[in-house]
Amino acid sequence: MTTNISFLLNGDKISYEIKDHWTLLHLLREEMGLIGTKEGCGNGECGACTVIVDKLAVNSCLYLAIDVDGASIETIEGLASTNGTLHPLQQSFVDKGGIQCGFCSPGMIMSSKALLDENPRANHEQIKHALAGNICRCTGYVQILESVEAARDKGGQNE
Amino acid sequence: MNNLNPDTNREFSVVGKRIPKLDAAQKAMGRAEYIQDIKLPGMLFGKILYSKHAHADIVKIDTSKARALAGVHAVLTGEDVPKKMKMGFYKDNPPIKKGKVCSFRDEVAAVAAISPEIAKKALDLIEIEYEELPGIFDPEKAMEKDSPLVHEYHKSNVLNLPWKLHYGDVEKAEKESDFVVEEKFTTQWVTHCCLGTSGAIALFDSNDNLTIHTNTQIPSLAQKDFLESLKAMGLVNKRVRVIKPIIGGGFGSKLDTYAYEHISILLAYACRKPVKIMFDRVEEFKATSTRQPTVIYIKQGCDKNGKLTFRDMRMVLDNGAYTSWGATTPSVMMMPITSLYRVDNVRFNAKCVYTNNTYSQAMRGYGNPQATFAIESTLDMLAEKAGIGRVDIRRINRNQPGDITPQGFKITSCGISECIDEVEKEFAIDGPKEKGIGTGIASLIHVGGGARIYKSDGCGAILKMDDYGKVDIFTGGTDMGQGLDNITAQIVAEELGLYVEDINVVHTDTDVCPWDVGAHASRSTFVAGNAALGAAKKVKETILEYGSKFLDADPEDLVLRDRAIFVSGDPEKSMPIDKLLRKAHFSPQGKMLMADFFYDPDNENMGKEFKGNMSVTYAFGAHGVKVKVDEETGKVQVLDYVAAHDVGRAINPLLLEGQVYGGVVMGLGYALTEEVVTRNGQNMNANFRDYKLFTAKDAIKIKAPVVETYDEYGPFGAKGIGEPGCVPTAPAIANAIYDAVGVRIFDLPITPEKVLAALKEKKSATTEI
Repeated sequence: MTTNISFLLNGDKISYEIKDHWTLLHLLREEMGLIGTKEGCGNGECGACTVIVDKLAVNSCLYLAIDVDGASIETIEGLASTNGTLHPLQQSFVDKGGIQCGFCSPGMIMSSKALLDENPRANHEQIKHALAGNICRCTGYVQILESVEAARDKGGQNE
Repeated sequence: MNNLNPDTNREFSVVGKRIPKLDAAQKAMGRAEYIQDIKLPGMLFGKILYSKHAHADIVKIDTSKARALAGVHAVLTGEDVPKKMKMGFYKDNPPIKKGKVCSFRDEVAAVAAISPEIAKKALDLIEIEYEELPGIFDPEKAMEKDSPLVHEYHKSNVLNLPWKLHYGDVEKAEKESDFVVEEKFTTQWVTHCCLGTSGAIALFDSNDNLTIHTNTQIPSLAQKDFLESLKAMGLVNKRVRVIKPIIGGGFGSKLDTYAYEHISILLAYACRKPVKIMFDRVEEFKATSTRQPTVIYIKQGCDKNGKLTFRDMRMVLDNGAYTSWGATTPSVMMMPITSLYRVDNVRFNAKCVYTNNTYSQAMRGYGNPQATFAIESTLDMLAEKAGIGRVDIRRINRNQPGDITPQGFKITSCGISECIDEVEKEFAIDGPKEKGIGTGIASLIHVGGGARIYKSDGCGAILKMDDYGKVDIFTGGTDMGQGLDNITAQIVAEELGLYVEDINVVHTDTDVCPWDVGAHASRSTFVAGNAALGAAKKVKETILEYGSKFLDADPEDLVLRDRAIFVSGDPEKSMPIDKLLRKAHFSPQGKMLMADFFYDPDNENMGKEFKGNMSVTYAFGAHGVKVKVDEETGKVQVLDYVAAHDVGRAINPLLLEGQVYGGVVMGLGYALTEEVVTRNGQNMNANFRDYKLFTAKDAIKIKAPVVETYDEYGPFGAKGIGEPGCVPTAPAIANAIYDAVGVRIFDLPITPEKVLAALKEKKSATTEI
């Protein structure tokens, strides 16, 4: 079965013929070539595939593509400006050592963005809670939490 | 005394700076290409079928239905694997098994098809008849005479490996000791859990030369393994090109070549098309190797003043069904056993035993965490028995610069004392107690200046400069997220007076990068760093020659800084580097500035009796932790953590702290939560729900004070720091738990169940009295 769906992807209007069993992760990565969204487990346990659907951070590996019909999706590819300026969260992750191997980074950044979009003054505990579904094996989370706090403190602006 | 730092007064412009990881922006934007992201034209998808039993004869394999499936290009079984194609240093592991399976992760067939879905469907169509054999899952039982044999041809389950040493006279020293502690410890299987799962793409050109894109920490040794595989396939005098994409985590997991790589080669050759094998998470848990589990018997003694008199250790290692680097971890366990603190009489004997379990690999620390857990736990017990403070016993026995340990390790710089100071600054280890709260301390020694475990411990670097003042450096070293690209760039930029952004570090392709033994043993900053420095120094010499000519000055008076060459004391006389390079290039008999350098550290292969200075220098550290133990639930909460490390010099403190934090949390998982649970050889928790990693929710504050001792052999004084962070974590935690509630756990991980059981036992013992 195929279905034609329309959605906003990083602000662009998209219309796509999908197979009904596709996950959103499959649509993004395998069909549309947006490799920034990573697959770490395919089972909703690691958060590497996190994208934002209608302001909510979701595991795209568990989200059916058919369910984004009419939705607005944000992926890691949509964060930096077209002139190449990094989003403040991306910049903080770079500056504060929040990235080592980098495989969890897009998901981490998307979970952080969903949180700060909703609650720009999230405290340490709220940040820890928001990132609890994103596994990182390299950093021990210390510099990741510092990165998110630094971005929060910049109030959405690059220094 | 530590070596005085000759660079004390030198102002660095790049070294020592917190420069973000060079590829971090790419990664933050989702542009970095991992093996997951690579697609080649005409590429097929390979999948592997694994055994359904821990130990069984393969009676019959029928692949006809799989072969008949539309879209399937090749189906391979053990029959299709050349006899000599065997993996691992012990050469006991064919990539697809034939006749018999010896563990659940045994590969029994493989398929290449036009899509992953069809490949998976084809696996389901392969019919195999097994006849189950009795399995053996306990290494100590496997050593018994009437135990079933894992490999009949091997005659015994005990591997022929030489892990045995005895220096001094342990028995005499034991008799003369005032205090002796004797205990048994056990450590579990844990696994790397790289966020990016394993994968490879193999392809052959029209001349049967192989290109393989693979996640590897050992491009050069992998190239050698693959060449051997080609040879076994009858392809002699062929070329192998190893291309390493960006790696989604290493931690030792990629230090050997795996079945999926060799199978991708076999499939690619069978189909003459690129074949990609990509692990899913379940496969990653089940079919990649673990940290080496151990059963440890230890005896340590001291005299009435707390001076260590002897250390006697015996270990049994569950080798699993096949042999990889896990079986060589005793070579590194020897290091803390013989050389953590001053102890003259030491004995060690380790036996690796075949079982029908999974086999182990290198993992951050390479045996050191297991040995250090037993050593540092019993050190606390010894201190208590002798009535000596826990910090005091460590100070009394601390290593010191100039020491030569019983194993022949020459201690150059050594900051263990300063690291203990840093821990004491944070907590009063032997101070007053609060109920349910305890502190623990544990120290470490690790190789910090390479580790000669192969014929060469070297790394090559090739450096070229273009007409615009930019550098490309091709290093043998491997960046897998730890930041060798930065270290290389910072060292080169410092030496040549350039900026980090002027340096392009290439470390991905054996066609252009020189040889390196691999990213292991915390050796990359030291060895690859020295290789890069050597190449930069050679180029610098040429720059100074031209500078002297063009600026009419003595080379001694020339300084490279801010992308220019200056005559010191004469600010008027200078020339931008790019101009100098063009002038050198476009003059008659012009010259491009290039240099190569191969750095092989002056360390020694361990000779007879395992004596020899394995590393040019050693890294030291001390960890302190404060925990709260809930006596109702047995739950251990980490309140505070300090990880002090002697790093020689921090080339990049931002990245260095990242290594320490990450190491500590990996160590905390080892201590408290992580375990690959098996039942009769079968992995029971191959997912992130049941394999308990620390999450952001569990994140703790960690202080990571850096002790800079300046090592005279290190690049700008630096030593390695990749592994040490996870080495003393488990004993520090175990010691803190004992301090908090008076129970000692000898078996990792220290789960609430174990703490609770120990508390109950302690309570009933007290009631009986």
